[in-house]
Amino acid sequence: MSIFERFTEGWKKYRKPGYYREFDYHWAMTIDLDKCTGCEACVTACKAENNLPIVGEEEFAKGREVQWIRIERYWEGEYPNVKLGFIPMLCQHCDAAPCETVCPVSATYHNQDGLNTQIYNRCIGTRSCAVYCPFEVRYFNFNDHHWDSPLDQQLNPDVTVREKGVMEKCTFCIQRIRQAKDDAKDDGRRRVRDGEVQPACVQSCPSNALVFGDRKDPDSQVAKSMKDPRAYRVLEELNTDPSVVYLKKVDAKG
Amino acid sequence: MQAETNDLQYADVNNDIVRSIVETGPRYYVALGIAGGVALLCFFFPWFYQLYFGIGAAGLNHPGVWGTYLASFIFWIGLSHSGTLLSCVLHLTNSSWRKAMYRSAEAMTLFSLMVAATFVMVHVGRPWFIHWALPYANQMEMWPNFRSPLLFDVMAIATYLTGSSIFIYMGSIPDFAAVRDRTTGWRNTMYTLLSLGWRGTDREWHRLHWAYTFLAVLIIPLAVSVHSIVSWDFAMSLVPALHQTIFAPYFVVGAIYSGTAGIVTVMFVLRRYMNFEQYITKVHFDNLGKLLLLLSLIWTYINMVELFTAWYSDTSTEHEALSYKLFGYYAWLYWEMIAFCAVAPLLCISGRFRTSMVPMLILSIAINIGMYTERFLIVGTSLSRQYLPDSWGVYVPSLVEMSIILGSFALFTTLFLIFVKIFPSVSIYEVKETMDTPTVTSNAEPIAPPEGSPA
Repeated sequence: MSIFERFTEGWKKYRKPGYYREFDYHWAMTIDLDKCTGCEACVTACKAENNLPIVGEEEFAKGREVQWIRIERYWEGEYPNVKLGFIPMLCQHCDAAPCETVCPVSATYHNQDGLNTQIYNRCIGTRSCAVYCPFEVRYFNFNDHHWDSPLDQQLNPDVTVREKGVMEKCTFCIQRIRQAKDDAKDDGRRRVRDGEVQPACVQSCPSNALVFGDRKDPDSQVAKSMKDPRAYRVLEELNTDPSVVYLKKVDAKG
Repeated sequence: MQAETNDLQYADVNNDIVRSIVETGPRYYVALGIAGGVALLCFFFPWFYQLYFGIGAAGLNHPGVWGTYLASFIFWIGLSHSGTLLSCVLHLTNSSWRKAMYRSAEAMTLFSLMVAATFVMVHVGRPWFIHWALPYANQMEMWPNFRSPLLFDVMAIATYLTGSSIFIYMGSIPDFAAVRDRTTGWRNTMYTLLSLGWRGTDREWHRLHWAYTFLAVLIIPLAVSVHSIVSWDFAMSLVPALHQTIFAPYFVVGAIYSGTAGIVTVMFVLRRYMNFEQYITKVHFDNLGKLLLLLSLIWTYINMVELFTAWYSDTSTEHEALSYKLFGYYAWLYWEMIAFCAVAPLLCISGRFRTSMVPMLILSIAINIGMYTERFLIVGTSLSRQYLPDSWGVYVPSLVEMSIILGSFALFTTLFLIFVKIFPSVSIYEVKETMDTPTVTSNAEPIAPPEGSPA
């Protein structure tokens, strides 16, 4: 085989259509809005697990709170016929994410597990990813944050504390995914079993509204849940191909 | 063509312009001191404060993560546009009225670009890692992300800065030589180095003209591409009011528009305070006024198209963004912009207005205030109203930001004041080209100009 042929063979392999969508795992989440009570246990669990800063009253009023998962509230209709709706909103881990293309230093990219990852050390803080994200789930560290003693004792040692000038967002608890993969390898298994890894929000949901898993595995709970006829994705018309699927709330009135 | 330059001799031109470099009055030092002091106090101190405490010193929040720093960046890039671009276009079309003003216009380009580049560093969260946005070989084996419009931007600005620096330097070589021949001491040494051994032979003139025209042709598409790329920082996003195909021409026209207004301001100041009345004449103001009128009409047209397409799309997000822009929190800024950039320049229809200096100065400043507002609104209103109503918000600039905006003008003025003492701020040799050839070439004893000079 000549060097030219070898090059073209390699090129073809690399240029296989959709090669960038071939993931080892394809982590996904479904959120059943019929089960969600809006209790915000997921928000609290996420804050504890991922060392999210408590920005304080003043910064909160400025609109600088950091919540990797948040409960959005919407009112429908006019008083007195008001209906409250809510929807948990977190990074959708889009497979065609606008935030990934815009980062000039590739600080956010798609990894082999289908996760949209954020590299804090690489981030230079242009904040363009937050503008490009239609879901508004990226949070910027406007200042350095402090945990007064003894609160610093509860920081999760598996997760970094981000410094000022860095963007951050939901990682699907990548530290737990890494741990599960390591455990699977230690056990001599090739893959992580379904249900073996859960992000903090999923683990803490009292009504089991959140389901997490590998959607490449057709028998996984999340893959089955995604086939639900109530399934839809937020802002699907923007073609960002989110990995988070919502199951619509069905009213008694229809 | 220039009635007012008719009584000038070649030697007068040299003398006048060398005088502007060598003789420095106390007024200059006072101006430089004030500009430099304000730059230090209003630009660098707040910036250092922000570097220490984080971007939180600005009024930014979620969703308003982009603010006046980016608006200032676009504003300064825009201001930079007319200088070199206008100079190139006028050079290629043989417009002789360009010759007295192009040097200061090009300098404006250069310094606005420098201020704009500084604003990139003010804008980002961790400017100490800004070099990661440059493609250089490094131990991490990491390249920047070539798909990113922001990276296109870095490339475009670097290219434009290089191109316009070479352009202004090359056009100044004969003038450096002229100044070299009339100065002594350290100035003589400096201009000897800067003039690269220029002797003024026919061959040198020929090569200079060839290279100058070549660069002029090269810079025009470059300038257009630079601001198109700046617009893509916004237009390539999915944000309702930003994701528009009209943005590239919109930004290019807006840039040339604010740049032309900037040239009018700078020319007024040079004319008044550097005693260049004989070189910068009413003809210049008249012509630039016509250009401003044309540009304001194009700019207004693009604005109307933008509103129309947003309305015609009939999607809830576009409608919300549109009505927020016209009647929302920032609406008064929008109507101020329309008044300053679309309505006020219509005064330029009148020839009397175009040739009156002070009204033209006021108009040029009003246009640039309006254009700054435009850039702020592009960032501010669009980010405030995006897809999810839960994350709608309002962004208001903080004192630190206001101070840095003010300081950036002082920084620009400081750079410009340093420039006028190093570069001949009016092109000596090109001004001479517009004058009649004297019958006897003598610097020592200028003779009376011939009668009936060509109009």
